[in-house]
Amino acid sequence: MARIIKNDEIIESNLTVASGDDIDIAQDNQLLPLTVYLANREALAGSNNYGVWLDSDEEVELLEGKIDCNVIGLNFPAFNDGRAYSSADILRRKLSYKGEIRAIGDVRRDQLEQMIRCGFDAFELAPGQDLEESLASLQGFSENYQVTTDKPEPLFKRR
Amino acid sequence: MYTYDTYDQKMVDERVDQYRDQTERFLAGKIPADEFQQLRLRNGLYVQRLAPMLRIAVPYGMLTSTQLRKVAHITRHFDKGYAHFTTRQNIQLNWPLLEEVPDILAELATVQMHAIQTSGSCVRNVTTDQYAGSAQDEIEDSRPWAELLRQWSTFHPEFNWLPRKFKIAVTGAREDRAAIQVHDIGIRIIDQGGEIGFQILVGGGLGRTPVIGSVIKEFLPKKHLLSYVEAVLRVYNRYGRRDNKYKARIKILVRAMTPEVFAEKTEIEWASLKDGPSTLTDDDIASAKACFSQPNHETLSDEEPSDSLIAGNKAYQAWLTHNVQPHRVPGYAIVNFAIKSTGVAPGDVTDVQLERIADFAEKYSFSELRVTHEQNITLADVRQKDLFQLWQGLVTAQLASPNLGLLTDMICCPGGDFCSLANAKSIPVAEAIQRRFDDLDYLHDLGEFHINISGCMNACGHHHVGNIGILGVDKKGAEFYQVSVGGSADSSTAIAQILGPSFARQDVPDVIETIVNLFVDERSEEEAFLDTFRRIGIQKFKDAVYPSNG
Ligand code: SF4
Repeated sequence: MARIIKNDEIIESNLTVASGDDIDIAQDNQLLPLTVYLANREALAGSNNYGVWLDSDEEVELLEGKIDCNVIGLNFPAFNDGRAYSSADILRRKLSYKGEIRAIGDVRRDQLEQMIRCGFDAFELAPGQDLEESLASLQGFSENYQVTTDKPEPLFKRR
Repeated sequence: MYTYDTYDQKMVDERVDQYRDQTERFLAGKIPADEFQQLRLRNGLYVQRLAPMLRIAVPYGMLTSTQLRKVAHITRHFDKGYAHFTTRQNIQLNWPLLEEVPDILAELATVQMHAIQTSGSCVRNVTTDQYAGSAQDEIEDSRPWAELLRQWSTFHPEFNWLPRKFKIAVTGAREDRAAIQVHDIGIRIIDQGGEIGFQILVGGGLGRTPVIGSVIKEFLPKKHLLSYVEAVLRVYNRYGRRDNKYKARIKILVRAMTPEVFAEKTEIEWASLKDGPSTLTDDDIASAKACFSQPNHETLSDEEPSDSLIAGNKAYQAWLTHNVQPHRVPGYAIVNFAIKSTGVAPGDVTDVQLERIADFAEKYSFSELRVTHEQNITLADVRQKDLFQLWQGLVTAQLASPNLGLLTDMICCPGGDFCSLANAKSIPVAEAIQRRFDDLDYLHDLGEFHINISGCMNACGHHHVGNIGILGVDKKGAEFYQVSVGGSADSSTAIAQILGPSFARQDVPDVIETIVNLFVDERSEEEAFLDTFRRIGIQKFKDAVYPSNG
């Protein structure tokens, strides 16, 4: 079980991030690494509650047409590794993925609003981050210039 | 001049609140130092050798008199009474207190200023031609495009954690005064058979591996500017190296992929963004341009400076020749002045001088001024008939030195006096050279001459593109200087070539003098230094500077 932030509140999630060599795909409630997921899609069809996670150097395009689950985790190996922001935006706007995108890894409070704007909607924060206090950082700026998942038109068309 | 609407103002105000909260949490021990470093950098705050340094954004170099007066006020109340103009068309404060920075930002916000994204691995201040809107050789004013890019890049959530910093420059003139070939993205406005569009360069840059940018798009229709730039940034964000900060700039990626492959990758990303909601309609472009309407120029005609003023006034004559440029509108002129005088670090200006400059801009140039990447000030709309009076005022304010573009008008980074990354000091080197070449007549005879000085490989002083470049290096703990020759930052951008082993600080003025003397011997008539260099080649300079080797 992990405490995560989703829909502006703290909830318990029974999904855990599976990694390493000895992953038992028969187990429920796992976020599987991309390669494991892609290699076992048929076997997974009968499983309950699973998802896939990608590291920051893995291309989300590999999932195109192959998304059978409702949770995709995107890993931040370090808080200043910004690749997952592009991955999330591509999942939402290019691959039209509507399920959950969960930030995992070195996820820090002051970046939550940027993640939300790129399409993340669930956050498993890094150890040591105070979840209750972090709720205050979900609300970003009241306006933004760019087109993002949450703002389909740029500000210059709304002025 | 672009003026904030309620949206822009609100975002800047909210950033002040957000940063204040982050600072308070850091001081309360709730944000670790390595993380706060990244957060404060994205708001322009460095921690330097002696004190924090705050870099204030000046979008595309434009300021109003009101803004400059506010900066003067801030230097007086929060700093030591002076500001520093940088080579990125920004302003730096060298002595703010970390605890007071939120208050400084709140003051700045009252005059539509901020420090957003002036450092850190994100998209930095977009720079452009300091004569934009007034230049005679302009195809189109670059500022509306720079402003559209400023808005697009400000708090762009996808690109706040890039592999490294990212700099964009735009030029709309035939002569490139924005050095677009040495930027991460260089944008040149071009006219293709009556249609205006952009030529896009990527991967230029200075730093430890200087590179001239490669053209990846010969003609981009203007409506696609934002989506195309977004595609470039996406390729960089995804594939730029993150394992080694010295290999993380886009130039390394472009080189590793080859410009052709980089262009293809960009096209692939662009395919899903092109014609999307960021596409600029004619109305969008017209509104952006309306924000940069021309000031109310009077209907005047060009006038020759009257003989009585010039006769016997050599100083004024020299100033007219070197500091005044032609203007698009009859009866007007562009006036530059160097904020570099001997004994003062290039780019440093006192609070009182800042207020005087604000007064000059208000009185003579529609209350607007520009800061240039040569660390000078431009008044872009001065009536020709006011030139003499303005000059007299500048003389009194000690801002009339007619050394613009001359050897003593050096570009110089803060160096070891202020910067914690420095290998060596740079300001005392500039000062020693200025003292050596103190004969203005001689400087004028030498003609256009650029000496650029950086205190380390990071090249904030753009030493690679100086006619003479000076780079501080560390030799077994001692400060030495490597000298290179033949660089240029204009349309024919060239990277300077290293002469040979480095020199001790006290020898640098002699070395420069040797180079200048060789040039004087070899030049034909009025030839500029760079032309002589290109004609005779580097070997002669090597022989002159290291005689024992020859
Ligand atoms: S070139 Fe080096 S020494 Fe000079 S300001 Fe930049 S980082 Fe500091």
